[in-house]
Amino acid sequence: MSQVPLLSVENLAFDRDDSCLFSGVNFSVADGDLLQIEGANGSGKTTLLRLLTGSLQPSAGDIFYLGQSISKCRYGYLSDMLYIGHQPAVKLNLSAEENLRWMVASSAQSNSLSVQDALTQVGLAGYTDMPCYALSAGQHRRVALARLLISEARLWYLDEPFTSIDKQGVIFLQSCLQQHVAKGGAVILSTHQDLALSGLRKYKLLPSVESFT
Amino acid sequence: MASQAARKMDSGFAAWLRRDLLLAYRRSGEVASPVIFFIMVSTLIPLGLTPEAAQLEKVAAGMIWVMALLATLLSMDGLFTSDYQDGSLEQMLITPQLLPLPLLGKITAHWLTTGLPLTLVSPLLGLMLSLPSVGYLPLVCSLALGTVCLSLVGAVGAALTVSLRKGGLLLSLLVMPFYMPVIIFGTATVSYAVDGLNWLPPLAILGAMFAASVALCPLAAAGALRVTASN
Repeated sequence: MSQVPLLSVENLAFDRDDSCLFSGVNFSVADGDLLQIEGANGSGKTTLLRLLTGSLQPSAGDIFYLGQSISKCRYGYLSDMLYIGHQPAVKLNLSAEENLRWMVASSAQSNSLSVQDALTQVGLAGYTDMPCYALSAGQHRRVALARLLISEARLWYLDEPFTSIDKQGVIFLQSCLQQHVAKGGAVILSTHQDLALSGLRKYKLLPSVESFT
Repeated sequence: MASQAARKMDSGFAAWLRRDLLLAYRRSGEVASPVIFFIMVSTLIPLGLTPEAAQLEKVAAGMIWVMALLATLLSMDGLFTSDYQDGSLEQMLITPQLLPLPLLGKITAHWLTTGLPLTLVSPLLGLMLSLPSVGYLPLVCSLALGTVCLSLVGAVGAALTVSLRKGGLLLSLLVMPFYMPVIIFGTATVSYAVDGLNWLPPLAILGAMFAASVALCPLAAAGALRVTASN
């Protein structure tokens, strides 16, 4: 291998309550890659993404960022990563603008795009001052996705990003992902939708065979 | 590089502090309930016990401290619950900043919205419970230091019980032993002053507890959150 991949996963396994959720997961992601994780409900897509963020510990195998184990370069890795989970982390009592402002402030790297502009781009112009409990589920997701526009992180992990977003939103998000990989970033996402994205690779998460306990 | 890293860690503290204060302001009714509980119960004591000043002043300091402790405990349960449910706690855990700093931001916000108001209304309650006037300053000083300890220690308990559906009772059981020294020296500060003794030694011990819990509790809470998040 001549070039060190941005992220590589080697022989990853995860056990939950003494039963193996998945094992032997191997893939690597280079700059400009778009990887879709597929699998049935409960096959461990969210768990895999959470393992990648480092908030869960794998029971076997390791994750390498630029050739280094992520436990050894935590700060550098986490600064270069953006994770948007199943729950959009939107506070209902805060307005869209306030929500986005703290999300940006508490995450690592950001570009010069203003919070207002980002919200306008995700189609929330005119809703920025309203408390989020007055907004719909799809709009909550849009608030969280506005972080993508501000973030400078190269690795994006998106857990079901298309949930409750309308058709235009799906098209917008896809173009956003396309732009990100064109700039040299990488995206790993889990979704059940068929995406019309060029260069999309798929990784199928298979239920593990009970070989040992 | 080092200065850049320091700036980012700073922003982790400030961002969470600002956010939690803003949230508290939006839910001011809910946030005020510990203080209202504190005032209400303290008003009931003269009615239930005796309105006689001579008897009230003996129990005033202890009563105020017990109420302050219970009021803090009441508010502790919700410190991480909503963040855990909506996914923001997960985001906190994967920020590159050192986890204790955003946590300290959250705990500071908690103290500013519960401990500080309790401290500020305490002279009023002292008046209602006929606390001798020499006791007011020690009361405010001891509550100011003591409620910080209560918030910090409570945060460790809240972090340990956040993933449990009904963690409230367990939380009380967990943190109660650690609250005992605080209340002992808190009330001692006031009763020493009322008895005409030097009240600075018990206050100094309270200050030592404050220093120890500022240094250790955010670390313990961070460790506890990492454990609960991996379940």
